[in-house]
Amino acid sequence: MNKPMRDTRAKTKLRLVDCDIHPAQKSPATLFPYLESRWVEHLKTFGTFTRQALVGQLSYPRMTANGMRIDAKPEEGPPGSSLQLMQEQHLDRLGIEQGHLVALGRGGMEERNPDLSAAMSRAVNDWQVAEWLEPEPRLRGGIVVPQDNPEAAVAEIARRADDPRFVQVIMSTRPNEPLGDRKYWPIYRAIAEAGLPLCLHPAGYSSGKPSTGTGWPSFYFQEHYTFVPGSEALVTSLVISGALEAVPDLRIAIIEGGFSWAPALGWRMDRHFDTFRAEVPHLTMKPSDYMRRHFWWATQPMEEPKNGRHVQDVIDWIGWDRILYSSDYPHWDYDDPDFIFKFPLDTWQREAVFGGNARALYGGRA
Amino acid sequence: MTRHVVARVDDFPDRAIRRVEVAGKALCLMRRGEAFFALADRCPHGGAPLSGGRFTGTVESDGPGSYRMCRMDEMLKCPWHGWEFDIRTGQSWSDPGSTRTRAFATENVEGQELVKGPYVAETVPVSVDGRYVVVDLG
Amino acid sequence: MTRLPRIDVDFHVPQAPMADLLGYLDTYFRQQVTDREIHTQPFRLSSYPANSPLTCGAVLADRPVPEALDALGSDIAIASDLHGVVSLHNPDMRAALMSAVNDHLAATWLDTDPRLRGSIYVSMEDADLAVAEIERLAPDPRFVQVLVLAAQEAPHGQRRFWPIWEAAARHGLTLAIHAGGVFRLAPSVAGWPAYQFEDYVIQSQTFENILVSLIGEGVFQKFPDLRVVFLESGFAWLPMTLWRMDKTWRGTRQEVPWLDRPPSEIIRDRVFVSLIPCDPPGPDEVRQVLTHLGGTDMLLYASDHPHRQFDGHDPLPEGLPEADLPAILAGNALRAYPRLAADPAVSRLAPRKQEAV
Ligand code: FES
Repeated sequence: MNKPMRDTRAKTKLRLVDCDIHPAQKSPATLFPYLESRWVEHLKTFGTFTRQALVGQLSYPRMTANGMRIDAKPEEGPPGSSLQLMQEQHLDRLGIEQGHLVALGRGGMEERNPDLSAAMSRAVNDWQVAEWLEPEPRLRGGIVVPQDNPEAAVAEIARRADDPRFVQVIMSTRPNEPLGDRKYWPIYRAIAEAGLPLCLHPAGYSSGKPSTGTGWPSFYFQEHYTFVPGSEALVTSLVISGALEAVPDLRIAIIEGGFSWAPALGWRMDRHFDTFRAEVPHLTMKPSDYMRRHFWWATQPMEEPKNGRHVQDVIDWIGWDRILYSSDYPHWDYDDPDFIFKFPLDTWQREAVFGGNARALYGGRA
Repeated sequence: MTRHVVARVDDFPDRAIRRVEVAGKALCLMRRGEAFFALADRCPHGGAPLSGGRFTGTVESDGPGSYRMCRMDEMLKCPWHGWEFDIRTGQSWSDPGSTRTRAFATENVEGQELVKGPYVAETVPVSVDGRYVVVDLG
Repeated sequence: MTRLPRIDVDFHVPQAPMADLLGYLDTYFRQQVTDREIHTQPFRLSSYPANSPLTCGAVLADRPVPEALDALGSDIAIASDLHGVVSLHNPDMRAALMSAVNDHLAATWLDTDPRLRGSIYVSMEDADLAVAEIERLAPDPRFVQVLVLAAQEAPHGQRRFWPIWEAAARHGLTLAIHAGGVFRLAPSVAGWPAYQFEDYVIQSQTFENILVSLIGEGVFQKFPDLRVVFLESGFAWLPMTLWRMDKTWRGTRQEVPWLDRPPSEIIRDRVFVSLIPCDPPGPDEVRQVLTHLGGTDMLLYASDHPHRQFDGHDPLPEGLPEADLPAILAGNALRAYPRLAADPAVSRLAPRKQEAV
């Protein structure tokens, strides 16, 4: 067994990049200053309209404090809505050099009205700049786009791409069509041209399709798991549809979708590629080659096998240059960097996972 | 045996859960009625400060669809991943085989008794006319 | 080395032509089916189009059933006919035609080749009718499993299906869940894939959710005798699913308090998976998956004949531990199938793992 290498840098502080922090709006009115009055009136009258039963709420209640860390609630507003608490409790405590905001919910991604969806995405991006990126230089933004209104999504990317504080583009993982659908390819071209990665982060809002291929589960215990196959299906779709052949320089970060399934999915696609090759002549490489060329993977929620070394086998397949530390602050399944690896890492592995890989992926922007 | 005075009883409301630092140790101090409980304030699972958690119980079941709330308020739910810890022993119910957090003996003592010593009062000045929470750090 | 006995748990007989089912229908349904010319339709499932390389691409695909069994070296094979009548919405016509498929299987295959065992193929969409079919066929010991498809309208663990699982368990019938679906719903939360390749790949993801459903709902607590076999599910995904379920269980057990142990312990001796398709590309990867899985106790030898899952004549992948082969090839099947264990012709063939080593 290899002992972790000791070198003098082991003692130097990690330059930590956290690839998953969730800022929250204090209330739906938080976005109003960033919306035209037409849409403020619309939201006051009709609210948002998504493909699910409840307005602004999920029909799978979360296990703990509405899905949040119990200790992350500020005096006022929901967890994640106070920059000050985020600084004290997370950025300062861990000594984070850079943190990436993933603004889920109320960003219009799953909104059915295409114009409202575009207006909300724009507003949520302006809100990120004004209330998070301006006051806290350690934070970086993610451009939220209304992916089911592709023209507006492309326009929103163009509007933000020159602002170096935005490090990536965020699309819903529960869009109207599988993400490999050609409808989305113009968005991928715009993302690649802007030199930005695409971030795919599961969200609980419904796409109108059941959360499993065999219907709706009953318990949150089960719904929580559906994020794994949900993310697997997105990668499968992006690879097999040929989207990555069409946009060969698209780089994609799977955030909170898990990573430990990557080898099994790569093997499975490769195994059956032979059988189905004639159906997908647009693929010029093995499916796992597309996975290796296009995808990066965030750590949280870290797997906890009885033998921690099994995680090492998985990362060895994926590549240590493709794993990104993420905390998921302030959500309940938060990961502290000191606790996630149950086996010794070499110094270069630590530096890569906790910052180096993110800096490489996000270029000058991280 | 080192007895540390960690709080005045009157300043510590019933059902409060607070972090107290004593002799360089962070404790999660809890009150239920007249009884106080103290655990090391670091969740052995993922490092959360347990003092950010909530009281809970255990749920027993005779099978699918059957729920029986037991031992109400005898457990502490970790603020992050929700593992349950016995407030008396620090034993985790979520991973009973291998995870526990350290539990410390606590007492609720009259100031008059306390001043006879021995005790250590780092941050809590002791007078004879009060009641105090004393933790034995062993 | 002497040849080891083989029990193939996933062997497909040719789909019964609709015209051949007429003789098993009562007068009413025979009149309906012929008058409406329903019997002129092919009833192929979209999951397995007739000429697709997946459906019929195996090297031995063209051999008649007995020759295929010879070539595969199967001592026992569990036969199924994944017939498209399962997709009908009319519950009574669907049940009548599925009974016909089952009767046709018994008459055409079980009666003619003593190596074959049968599946009671049912729709999950009407539990009462499924239970009636199980009661009707359970007296025939050659039927060893109740067979349903993977992609349904609701996850398999849900209470609405419990009468079916209860009947199966009571009769010592194993619940077999085979890849494929009735396409009532999008095959994943991502939506409808454009390609059959993608559709096939994501099948294993549906099995992940099925396993989580069965466990979360408490099916294994409710029916302590029920055994579940996943057919054509792949197995390389299993370690990750178990890691994730154990972890989530620790934080959510108050919601599902009947889970008194980590899920990975609950499924022990209750859930089995067919060996084919073996997705890991080589022996090293197979060994790694088995290490992560903690052994081979869940693996059941299968050919998935005539689906294309392997090249050549032998479905057995490389990388399986030599000492475990007798169990993988036959012994584990006796733990998965109470009816095979009770069948002297079968149990004689297959020593259990402990006896084999
Ligand atoms: S940190 Fe306490 S349960 Fe995970």
